Amino acid sequence: MAMADEDKKEFWRWTESNWKNPDIDWKPAQYITIGIDVGSVSSQAVIMVDGRIYAYSNMRTGSDSPNSARNALKFALETTDLPEDRMDFCIGTGYGRVNVPFADRSITEIACHARGANFIYGPQVRTVLDVGGQDIKAIQCDEKGKVTNFLMNDKCAAGTGRGMEVFSELLGVSINDVGDKSFQYQGEEPAAVSDTCVVYAKSEATGLLRKGWAQEEVLAAYCKAMANRIYSLVDRIVVKPEFAVTGGMAKNRGVMDRLMPMIGMERMKTEWDTQIAGAAGAALFGYALCQRGKGRKK
Amino acid sequence: MKMITAGIDCGAKNTKTIIMKDGKIIGKGMQLTGFDQKQAVEKSLEAAIQVAGIARDDIERICGTGSGKTAISMANDNVNDIKAMSKGAHFFFPDARTVADVGAEEGRAAKIDENGNPIDFAINEKCAAGAGAFIEAMANALEVPIEEMGPLCMQSDKEIPMNAQCAIFAESEVVGLIHAKTAKPDISKAIHDSMAGRIVSMIRRIGVNEDIAMIGGVGYNPGFMAAMLRELKVEKICIPDEPEYGAATGAAVVAAEEA
Repeated sequence: MAMADEDKKEFWRWTESNWKNPDIDWKPAQYITIGIDVGSVSSQAVIMVDGRIYAYSNMRTGSDSPNSARNALKFALETTDLPEDRMDFCIGTGYGRVNVPFADRSITEIACHARGANFIYGPQVRTVLDVGGQDIKAIQCDEKGKVTNFLMNDKCAAGTGRGMEVFSELLGVSINDVGDKSFQYQGEEPAAVSDTCVVYAKSEATGLLRKGWAQEEVLAAYCKAMANRIYSLVDRIVVKPEFAVTGGMAKNRGVMDRLMPMIGMERMKTEWDTQIAGAAGAALFGYALCQRGKGRKK
Repeated sequence: MKMITAGIDCGAKNTKTIIMKDGKIIGKGMQLTGFDQKQAVEKSLEAAIQVAGIARDDIERICGTGSGKTAISMANDNVNDIKAMSKGAHFFFPDARTVADVGAEEGRAAKIDENGNPIDFAINEKCAAGAGAFIEAMANALEVPIEEMGPLCMQSDKEIPMNAQCAIFAESEVVGLIHAKTAKPDISKAIHDSMAGRIVSMIRRIGVNEDIAMIGGVGYNPGFMAAMLRELKVEKICIPDEPEYGAATGAAVVAAEEA
């Protein structure tokens, strides 16, 4: 596993991971389906055995989508003894979904995130907030994880994972520690910095640091700005309970614990890695297709 | 009427002062705004007074403008950025009817009448995509000093479209282009084309009426100006010798008019 401390200069680098469910045996399986989510910042592969998660991987997206997709699958397979040609169906999703070379088809990440959230959080989910590297999506869905409405951010980094990476780099704080550190400031919670443009928030923060603000204080001001920005999108749809968050930002309590009081709701909890929701949804769509006899011809 | 006025433009990056006497510029001063706006205002005014060779008390009226105009405590009056840019461009180019102002953190366009009063305007604020900060961020990603960005871009005639609007996403795109072994001049041109495209779309929203004038520090960038000509499909854009003083000039004009 590539750990954050491997290269001290790369504070933004979050922990890549892979995992295998030791209790599942793939050999008697009827259908093995794969979902690949190639995002702008991270890529995931989820391998499902008859609709259950057997293995997954979560890695940084490289400079080209086909390789990122291949690497994610390879990383997930590494934990298993599953041969690659055993898979029955593969669906690509995310920003680079049309560039997954071994995919049988592609499905939009909106549909996959709703379906995936329904799986990892349970069928009570009605509102899914996905905060990824480049996109913020607020999705309404039914008890089957089918999308009924959604909203997306503009082409702007404010409030996205990429924006958070810029700040972890600026402040020299590992992205995994941003959330906790933002609550370690002892004084009064500072006012948010600009939530409209990351470039301006960055120059604002540089100014605050020069004025003598503590790192923790600046982080608190930025997490608050991120929460404000995300809330401005969420506020435009009707938030129906239960509320679930997917994507990397769900792991950042600096932003989440400031966002949820604004929404006035608790967010659901899960043991799963929130970044795999899209790929899990894709693998589930593949499984459903196979069950309906629309899988790969053998 | 013999009258000395001053216009002070406290911008995101620099603070500029223009001193005018009887409709002529007699002094100018500039100071990095930094984090102490009040000090920057004081220093730029002091520098302009030195150049003009006058006493501070000789200035009858001072008008402030720019994003930090509230820090200009000695000003008798404030004028908004749109009016300052319109009056400033009109001072240099009385025939101009469309004015663009591209500064460090904002881009604006205005349609003006024969007296230099704004009739309509469009503004890109709170986003680096249509401002000097965009080129600055891209220069960082390219590891090229910002002054060299324009000249570098002039060496290329390739057309590479950039997908990202947001400066943060564009930075990743530039890194991708570097990895793909795209030549730096070609990347620089793509950057300037995409930014000029955004300013031009703002100008189009209010309508293109010649003559077109531009003020703001980004006017020093020959690559950007060439891209503007291409995007606007015009022969000429009027630009003063020191375009960053455009809004301060406008403020000094307003101070004289409203006396």
